[in-house]
Amino acid sequence: MDVSITVNGRAERHDVEPRTLLVQYLREACELTGTKVGCDTSSCGACTVLVDGESVKSCTMLAVQADGRSATTIEGLASGAELHAVQRAFQENHGLQCGFCTAGMVMAAVSLLDEVPNPTEADVRLGLEGNLCRCTGYHNIVKAVLAAAGSR
Amino acid sequence: MIPAAFDYVRAGSADEVVAALAEHGDEAKVIAGGMSLLPLMKLRLATPTVLVDAGRIDDLAYVRDAGDHIAIGALTRHRDLETSELLGESCGVLRGVAAEVGDNQVRHRGTLGGSVAHGDPASDLPAVLVALDATFVAQGPSGSRQLAAAAFFEGFLETALAPDELLTEVRVPKTGPDGWAYQKFNRRAQDWAIVGALAVRVAGAMRVALVNMGPTPLRAHGVETALAEGAAPDVAAGYGAEGTEAPSDLNASGEYREHLARVLVRRALEGAQA
Repeated sequence: MDVSITVNGRAERHDVEPRTLLVQYLREACELTGTKVGCDTSSCGACTVLVDGESVKSCTMLAVQADGRSATTIEGLASGAELHAVQRAFQENHGLQCGFCTAGMVMAAVSLLDEVPNPTEADVRLGLEGNLCRCTGYHNIVKAVLAAAGSR
Repeated sequence: MIPAAFDYVRAGSADEVVAALAEHGDEAKVIAGGMSLLPLMKLRLATPTVLVDAGRIDDLAYVRDAGDHIAIGALTRHRDLETSELLGESCGVLRGVAAEVGDNQVRHRGTLGGSVAHGDPASDLPAVLVALDATFVAQGPSGSRQLAAAAFFEGFLETALAPDELLTEVRVPKTGPDGWAYQKFNRRAQDWAIVGALAVRVAGAMRVALVNMGPTPLRAHGVETALAEGAAPDVAAGYGAEGTEAPSDLNASGEYREHLARVLVRRALEGAQA
Protein backbone atom coordinates (compact mmCIF):
# COMPACT_ATOMS: atom_id res chain seq x y z
CA MET A 1 0.00 0.00 0.00
CA ASP A 2 1.07 3.59 -0.58
CA VAL A 3 2.39 5.29 2.53
CA SER A 4 3.02 9.04 2.38
CA ILE A 5 5.11 10.65 5.10
CA THR A 6 6.70 14.08 5.13
CA VAL A 7 10.22 13.15 6.19
CA ASN A 8 12.52 16.00 7.20
CA GLY A 9 10.24 18.38 5.31
CA ARG A 10 10.28 16.34 2.11
CA ALA A 11 7.19 14.51 0.82
CA GLU A 12 7.96 10.78 0.59
CA ARG A 13 5.63 8.24 -0.94
CA HIS A 14 6.46 4.55 -1.15
CA ASP A 15 4.53 1.36 -1.88
CA VAL A 16 5.22 -0.87 1.14
CA GLU A 17 3.62 -3.85 2.87
CA PRO A 18 1.38 -2.96 5.83
CA ARG A 19 3.80 -4.82 8.13
CA THR A 20 6.66 -2.48 7.20
CA LEU A 21 8.05 -0.83 10.30
CA LEU A 22 8.61 2.90 10.33
CA VAL A 23 12.34 2.37 10.80
CA GLN A 24 12.46 0.18 7.67
CA TYR A 25 10.53 2.81 5.74
CA LEU A 26 13.03 5.47 6.80
CA ARG A 27 16.19 3.40 6.30
CA GLU A 28 15.25 1.30 3.28
CA ALA A 29 12.63 3.24 1.33
CA CYS A 30 13.85 6.78 2.13
CA GLU A 31 17.50 5.66 2.38
CA LEU A 32 18.00 7.62 5.59
CA THR A 33 20.30 5.32 7.56
CA GLY A 34 21.13 7.71 10.40
CA THR A 35 18.35 6.07 12.43
CA LYS A 36 19.69 2.84 13.91
CA VAL A 37 18.04 -0.42 14.91
CA GLY A 38 19.44 -1.53 18.24
CA CYS A 39 17.47 -3.97 20.37
CA ASP A 40 14.50 -4.20 17.98
CA THR A 41 12.20 -4.61 20.99
CA SER A 42 11.47 -0.96 21.91
CA SER A 43 13.84 -1.08 24.88
CA CYS A 44 17.00 0.71 23.78
CA GLY A 45 15.76 3.83 21.98
CA ALA A 46 18.43 3.78 19.23
CA CYS A 47 15.64 4.00 16.62
CA THR A 48 14.03 7.11 18.17
CA VAL A 49 12.67 9.62 15.64
CA LEU A 50 10.05 12.35 15.91
CA VAL A 51 6.54 11.86 14.55
CA ASP A 52 4.60 15.10 14.50
CA GLY A 53 7.32 16.49 16.76
CA GLU A 54 7.13 13.79 19.46
CA SER A 55 9.71 11.08 20.10
CA VAL A 56 8.70 7.53 19.16
CA LYS A 57 10.57 4.27 18.78
CA SER A 58 10.43 3.65 15.05
CA CYS A 59 11.10 -0.10 15.43
CA THR A 60 7.77 -0.41 17.23
CA MET A 61 5.57 1.64 14.94
CA LEU A 62 4.24 0.64 11.56
CA ALA A 63 4.93 2.93 8.64
CA VAL A 64 1.16 2.98 7.95
CA GLN A 65 0.61 4.41 11.44
CA ALA A 66 2.65 7.44 10.32
CA ASP A 67 0.86 7.74 6.98
CA GLY A 68 -0.04 11.38 6.34
CA ARG A 69 2.06 12.58 9.25
CA SER A 70 5.47 14.21 9.44
CA ALA A 71 8.64 12.53 10.66
CA THR A 72 12.00 13.99 11.62
CA THR A 73 15.18 11.92 11.70
CA ILE A 74 18.70 12.84 12.76
CA GLU A 75 19.37 13.87 9.14
CA GLY A 76 16.69 16.54 9.42
CA LEU A 77 18.02 18.43 12.44
CA ALA A 78 20.91 20.50 11.08
CA SER A 79 20.38 23.53 8.83
CA GLY A 80 23.01 23.02 6.18
CA ALA A 81 26.39 23.06 7.92
CA GLU A 82 24.85 24.55 11.07
CA LEU A 83 24.31 21.82 13.67
CA HIS A 84 21.16 21.75 15.79
CA ALA A 85 21.78 23.01 19.34
CA VAL A 86 21.48 19.48 20.73
CA GLN A 87 23.90 18.05 18.16
CA ARG A 88 26.40 20.80 18.91
CA ALA A 89 26.09 20.24 22.64
CA PHE A 90 26.73 16.50 22.22
CA GLN A 91 29.86 17.34 20.24
CA GLU A 92 31.12 19.96 22.68
CA ASN A 93 30.43 17.87 25.78
CA HIS A 94 31.71 14.59 24.38
CA GLY A 95 28.22 13.09 24.74
CA LEU A 96 29.12 10.01 22.73
CA GLN A 97 31.74 7.35 22.32
CA CYS A 98 30.86 4.63 19.79
CA GLY A 99 27.95 6.68 18.47
CA PHE A 100 25.44 3.89 17.96
CA CYS A 101 22.90 5.26 20.44
CA THR A 102 23.57 8.86 19.50
CA ALA A 103 20.99 9.47 16.79
CA GLY A 104 18.23 8.14 19.03
CA MET A 105 19.62 9.89 22.09
CA VAL A 106 19.70 13.24 20.27
CA MET A 107 16.17 12.84 18.92
CA ALA A 108 14.86 11.86 22.38
CA ALA A 109 16.62 14.92 23.82
CA VAL A 110 15.10 17.22 21.18
CA SER A 111 11.62 15.94 22.06
CA LEU A 112 12.33 16.20 25.79
CA LEU A 113 13.50 19.82 25.53
CA ASP A 114 10.41 20.64 23.52
CA GLU A 115 8.25 19.37 26.39
CA VAL A 116 10.50 20.49 29.27
CA PRO A 117 12.44 23.54 28.04
CA ASN A 118 14.33 24.18 31.28
CA PRO A 119 14.97 20.74 32.75
CA THR A 120 16.81 19.85 35.92
CA GLU A 121 19.43 17.13 35.80
CA ALA A 122 16.83 14.76 37.25
CA ASP A 123 14.38 15.72 34.48
CA VAL A 124 17.00 14.86 31.86
CA ARG A 125 17.90 11.52 33.41
CA LEU A 126 14.24 10.56 33.75
CA GLY A 127 13.36 11.96 30.32
CA LEU A 128 16.02 9.81 28.66
CA GLU A 129 15.10 6.61 30.51
CA GLY A 130 14.02 5.06 27.22
CA ASN A 131 17.47 5.39 25.66
CA LEU A 132 20.34 3.11 26.56
CA CYS A 133 24.03 3.95 26.10
CA ARG A 134 26.59 1.25 26.86
CA CYS A 135 29.68 3.49 26.53
CA THR A 136 29.41 6.80 28.29
CA GLY A 137 27.81 6.10 31.62
CA TYR A 138 25.39 8.86 30.63
CA HIS A 139 27.16 11.69 32.48
CA ASN A 140 28.30 13.56 29.38
CA ILE A 141 24.99 12.93 27.63
CA VAL A 142 23.15 14.55 30.54
CA LYS A 143 25.67 17.39 30.54
CA ALA A 144 25.12 17.88 26.81
CA VAL A 145 21.35 18.04 27.11
CA LEU A 146 21.57 20.54 29.97
CA ALA A 147 24.03 22.61 27.91
CA ALA A 148 21.68 22.52 24.91
CA ALA A 149 18.80 23.68 27.12
CA GLY A 150 20.91 26.58 28.37
CA SER A 151 22.14 27.57 24.91
CA ARG A 152 18.74 28.15 23.37
CA MET B 1 12.15 -8.74 13.49
CA ILE B 2 9.19 -8.18 11.20
CA PRO B 3 5.55 -9.08 11.93
CA ALA B 4 3.86 -11.79 9.88
CA ALA B 5 1.91 -10.41 6.92
CA PHE B 6 -1.56 -9.04 7.60
CA ASP B 7 -4.27 -7.05 5.89
CA TYR B 8 -4.60 -3.53 7.23
CA VAL B 9 -7.92 -1.80 7.89
CA ARG B 10 -7.93 1.82 9.04
CA ALA B 11 -11.07 2.56 11.03
CA GLY B 12 -12.45 6.09 11.16
CA SER B 13 -14.90 5.43 13.99
CA ALA B 14 -15.79 2.93 16.71
CA ASP B 15 -18.61 1.68 14.45
CA GLU B 16 -16.10 0.90 11.72
CA VAL B 17 -13.92 -1.04 14.17
CA VAL B 18 -16.89 -3.09 15.35
CA ALA B 19 -17.96 -3.74 11.73
CA ALA B 20 -14.44 -4.89 10.81
CA LEU B 21 -14.30 -7.17 13.86
CA ALA B 22 -17.70 -8.64 12.96
CA GLU B 23 -16.46 -9.32 9.44
CA HIS B 24 -13.10 -10.85 10.32
CA GLY B 25 -13.81 -12.47 13.70
CA ASP B 26 -10.98 -14.05 15.67
CA GLU B 27 -8.48 -13.41 12.87
CA ALA B 28 -8.56 -9.68 13.56
CA LYS B 29 -6.83 -7.65 16.25
CA VAL B 30 -7.39 -4.01 17.12
CA ILE B 31 -4.28 -1.84 17.27
CA ALA B 32 -4.21 1.54 19.03
CA GLY B 33 -0.71 2.78 19.86
CA GLY B 34 0.71 -0.70 19.36
CA MET B 35 3.08 -0.55 22.34
CA SER B 36 1.96 -3.98 23.58
CA LEU B 37 0.70 -5.61 20.38
CA LEU B 38 3.56 -4.77 17.98
CA PRO B 39 6.29 -6.35 20.12
CA LEU B 40 4.17 -9.54 20.28
CA MET B 41 3.64 -9.43 16.52
CA LYS B 42 7.35 -8.89 15.88
CA LEU B 43 8.12 -11.96 17.99
CA ARG B 44 5.34 -13.79 16.06
CA LEU B 45 3.64 -14.54 19.37
CA ALA B 46 0.64 -12.76 17.86
CA THR B 47 -0.13 -13.31 14.18
CA PRO B 48 -3.42 -11.59 13.36
CA THR B 49 -4.26 -11.79 9.67
CA VAL B 50 -6.23 -8.55 9.85
CA LEU B 51 -5.08 -5.52 11.80
CA VAL B 52 -7.81 -2.98 12.53
CA ASP B 53 -6.21 0.39 13.26
CA ALA B 54 -8.24 2.38 15.79
CA GLY B 55 -5.39 4.81 16.35
CA ARG B 56 -6.93 7.65 14.37
CA ILE B 57 -10.33 7.77 16.05
CA ASP B 58 -9.69 11.17 17.55
CA ASP B 59 -13.13 11.45 19.15
CA LEU B 60 -12.17 8.56 21.45
CA ALA B 61 -9.27 10.61 22.87
CA TYR B 62 -10.54 12.80 25.72
CA VAL B 63 -10.57 13.38 29.46
CA ARG B 64 -13.95 14.80 30.53
CA ASP B 65 -15.66 15.81 33.73
CA ALA B 66 -18.87 13.76 33.65
CA GLY B 67 -20.34 15.03 36.91
CA ASP B 68 -19.93 12.22 39.42
CA HIS B 69 -16.98 10.68 37.57
CA ILE B 70 -14.21 11.37 35.07
CA ALA B 71 -14.73 9.85 31.62
CA ILE B 72 -11.64 8.99 29.59
CA GLY B 73 -11.72 7.95 25.96
CA ALA B 74 -9.99 4.63 25.28
CA LEU B 75 -7.68 6.21 22.71
CA THR B 76 -6.29 8.74 25.22
CA ARG B 77 -2.52 8.42 25.27
CA HIS B 78 -0.47 8.06 28.45
CA ARG B 79 1.15 11.37 27.55
CA ASP B 80 -2.25 13.05 27.57
CA LEU B 81 -3.10 11.47 30.92
CA GLU B 82 0.14 12.59 32.56
CA THR B 83 -0.37 16.18 31.35
CA SER B 84 -4.12 16.43 32.01
CA GLU B 85 -4.92 19.23 34.45
CA LEU B 86 -8.44 17.90 34.96
CA LEU B 87 -7.05 14.51 35.93
CA GLY B 88 -4.47 16.15 38.19
CA GLU B 89 -7.22 17.84 40.17
CA SER B 90 -9.83 15.10 40.07
CA CYS B 91 -7.96 11.80 39.92
CA GLY B 92 -4.32 12.53 40.60
CA VAL B 93 -3.47 8.86 41.02
CA LEU B 94 -4.24 8.07 37.39
CA ARG B 95 -2.28 11.04 36.13
CA GLY B 96 0.65 10.23 38.38
CA VAL B 97 0.87 6.54 37.55
CA ALA B 98 0.48 7.25 33.81
CA ALA B 99 3.79 9.11 34.09
CA GLU B 100 5.38 5.87 35.36
CA VAL B 101 4.44 3.81 32.30
CA GLY B 102 7.39 2.84 30.07
CA ASP B 103 9.32 5.87 28.86
CA ASN B 104 8.55 9.10 26.99
CA GLN B 105 8.52 7.39 23.60
CA VAL B 106 6.13 4.71 24.81
CA ARG B 107 3.86 7.27 26.48
CA HIS B 108 3.69 9.26 23.23
CA ARG B 109 2.12 6.24 21.52
CA GLY B 110 0.52 3.99 24.12
CA THR B 111 -3.13 4.45 25.07
CA LEU B 112 -5.18 3.79 28.21
CA GLY B 113 -7.61 1.58 26.31
CA GLY B 114 -4.81 -0.40 24.73
CA SER B 115 -3.20 -1.05 28.10
CA VAL B 116 -6.53 -2.17 29.59
CA ALA B 117 -7.61 -4.34 26.65
CA HIS B 118 -4.20 -6.04 26.51
CA GLY B 119 -4.73 -7.32 30.06
CA ASP B 120 -1.10 -7.66 31.11
CA PRO B 121 -0.83 -8.05 34.92
CA ALA B 122 2.59 -6.35 34.79
CA SER B 123 1.06 -3.13 33.43
CA ASP B 124 0.74 -0.19 35.78
CA LEU B 125 -2.59 1.34 34.83
CA PRO B 126 -4.88 -1.72 35.08
CA ALA B 127 -3.96 -1.99 38.77
CA VAL B 128 -4.96 1.65 39.28
CA LEU B 129 -8.30 1.00 37.62
CA VAL B 130 -8.91 -2.10 39.73
CA ALA B 131 -8.12 -0.09 42.87
CA LEU B 132 -10.51 2.66 41.77
CA ASP B 133 -13.31 0.20 40.85
CA ALA B 134 -13.36 1.81 37.41
CA THR B 135 -16.08 1.11 34.89
CA PHE B 136 -15.24 0.13 31.32
CA VAL B 137 -17.54 0.79 28.37
CA ALA B 138 -17.36 -1.64 25.47
CA GLN B 139 -19.08 -1.29 22.12
CA GLY B 140 -20.14 -4.38 20.20
CA PRO B 141 -22.46 -5.27 17.33
CA SER B 142 -25.55 -5.02 19.56
CA GLY B 143 -24.62 -1.78 21.28
CA SER B 144 -22.67 -0.71 24.36
CA ARG B 145 -22.33 -2.35 27.74
CA GLN B 146 -20.57 -1.46 30.97
CA LEU B 147 -18.13 -3.75 32.73
CA ALA B 148 -16.76 -3.43 36.28
CA ALA B 149 -12.99 -3.46 36.57
CA ALA B 150 -13.18 -6.16 39.23
CA ALA B 151 -14.73 -8.61 36.75
CA PHE B 152 -12.85 -7.44 33.64
CA PHE B 153 -9.41 -9.00 34.03
CA GLU B 154 -9.94 -12.75 33.75
CA GLY B 155 -6.45 -14.14 33.29
CA PHE B 156 -3.02 -13.52 31.80
CA LEU B 157 -3.73 -11.36 28.70
CA GLU B 158 -7.40 -12.37 29.03
CA THR B 159 -10.24 -9.93 29.57
CA ALA B 160 -14.03 -9.99 29.53
CA LEU B 161 -14.04 -8.14 26.19
CA ALA B 162 -15.65 -10.25 23.46
CA PRO B 163 -13.66 -10.67 20.21
CA ASP B 164 -16.15 -8.39 18.43
CA GLU B 165 -16.09 -5.62 21.04
CA LEU B 166 -14.07 -2.42 21.26
CA LEU B 167 -13.26 -0.76 24.56
CA THR B 168 -14.38 2.84 24.12
CA GLU B 169 -14.33 4.54 27.53
CA VAL B 170 -12.94 4.24 31.05
CA ARG B 171 -14.79 5.88 33.98
CA VAL B 172 -13.02 6.63 37.23
CA PRO B 173 -14.27 8.20 40.47
CA LYS B 174 -13.14 11.65 41.56
CA THR B 175 -10.52 11.02 44.20
CA GLY B 176 -8.85 14.42 44.26
CA PRO B 177 -5.22 15.21 43.57
CA ASP B 178 -3.55 13.49 46.52
CA GLY B 179 -3.91 10.61 48.95
CA TRP B 180 -2.11 8.02 46.86
CA ALA B 181 1.31 6.51 46.32
CA TYR B 182 2.67 4.02 43.82
CA GLN B 183 5.74 1.90 44.41
CA LYS B 184 7.19 0.33 41.27
CA PHE B 185 10.13 -1.98 41.65
CA ASN B 186 12.21 -2.72 38.57
CA ARG B 187 15.83 -3.18 37.59
CA ARG B 188 16.01 -0.64 34.75
CA ALA B 189 14.07 2.61 34.81
CA GLN B 190 11.85 1.86 31.82
CA ASP B 191 11.13 -1.80 32.60
CA TRP B 192 7.88 -3.43 33.54
CA ALA B 193 7.36 -3.65 37.28
CA ILE B 194 8.83 -6.78 38.85
CA VAL B 195 6.24 -5.94 41.50
CA GLY B 196 4.17 -2.78 41.91
CA ALA B 197 2.03 -1.67 44.83
CA LEU B 198 -0.54 1.10 44.80
CA ALA B 199 -2.32 2.67 47.74
CA VAL B 200 -5.09 5.18 47.12
CA ARG B 201 -7.73 6.69 49.35
CA VAL B 202 -11.22 6.46 47.81
CA ALA B 203 -14.17 7.93 49.71
CA GLY B 204 -12.28 7.76 53.00
CA ALA B 205 -11.11 4.13 52.72
CA MET B 206 -7.67 2.97 51.64
CA ARG B 207 -7.58 0.72 48.59
CA VAL B 208 -4.50 -1.31 47.76
CA ALA B 209 -3.68 -2.97 44.42
CA LEU B 210 -0.78 -5.09 43.21
CA VAL B 211 1.00 -5.28 39.87
CA ASN B 212 2.56 -8.54 38.63
CA MET B 213 1.58 -10.63 41.65
CA GLY B 214 -0.66 -13.02 39.69
CA PRO B 215 -2.26 -13.54 36.28
CA THR B 216 -4.33 -10.36 36.67
CA PRO B 217 -3.96 -7.07 38.53
CA LEU B 218 -5.07 -7.76 42.11
CA ARG B 219 -6.66 -5.98 45.05
CA ALA B 220 -4.81 -6.67 48.30
CA HIS B 221 -8.00 -7.37 50.22
CA GLY B 222 -6.14 -8.66 53.28
CA VAL B 223 -4.35 -5.33 53.64
CA GLU B 224 -7.53 -3.32 53.09
CA THR B 225 -9.42 -5.36 55.69
CA ALA B 226 -6.65 -5.00 58.26
CA LEU B 227 -6.57 -1.23 57.74
CA ALA B 228 -10.35 -0.99 58.03
CA GLU B 229 -10.09 -2.86 61.35
CA GLY B 230 -7.62 -0.29 62.61
CA ALA B 231 -4.26 -1.99 61.98
CA ALA B 232 -1.24 0.26 61.60
CA PRO B 233 0.14 0.48 58.02
CA ASP B 234 3.26 -1.58 58.79
CA VAL B 235 1.13 -4.33 60.33
CA ALA B 236 -1.46 -4.27 57.54
CA ALA B 237 1.31 -4.45 54.93
CA GLY B 238 2.22 -7.86 56.34
CA TYR B 239 -0.85 -9.17 54.49
CA GLY B 240 0.50 -7.77 51.21
CA ALA B 241 1.12 -11.16 49.62
CA GLU B 242 -2.06 -12.82 50.89
CA GLY B 243 -4.17 -14.32 48.12
CA THR B 244 -1.58 -13.66 45.43
CA GLU B 245 -0.12 -16.10 42.89
CA ALA B 246 3.25 -14.51 42.32
CA PRO B 247 5.00 -15.81 39.20
CA SER B 248 8.63 -16.96 39.19
CA ASP B 249 10.75 -15.84 36.26
CA LEU B 250 14.25 -14.66 35.39
CA ASN B 251 13.77 -11.44 37.34
CA ALA B 252 12.47 -12.83 40.61
CA SER B 253 11.21 -15.95 42.35
CA GLY B 254 7.65 -16.03 43.58
CA GLU B 255 8.94 -15.98 47.15
CA TYR B 256 10.98 -12.83 46.49
CA ARG B 257 7.96 -11.20 44.86
CA GLU B 258 5.93 -11.93 48.00
CA HIS B 259 8.60 -10.21 50.05
CA LEU B 260 8.59 -7.25 47.67
CA ALA B 261 4.80 -7.01 47.85
CA ARG B 262 4.88 -6.65 51.64
CA VAL B 263 7.66 -4.07 51.55
CA LEU B 264 6.19 -2.06 48.68
CA VAL B 265 2.68 -2.07 50.18
CA ARG B 266 4.11 -0.66 53.40
CA ARG B 267 5.93 2.10 51.52
CA ALA B 268 2.86 2.85 49.42
CA LEU B 269 0.66 3.09 52.53
CA GLU B 270 3.16 5.41 54.20
CA GLY B 271 3.32 7.53 51.05
CA ALA B 272 -0.44 7.70 50.58
CA GLN B 273 -0.99 8.82 54.17
CA ALA B 274 1.83 11.35 54.18
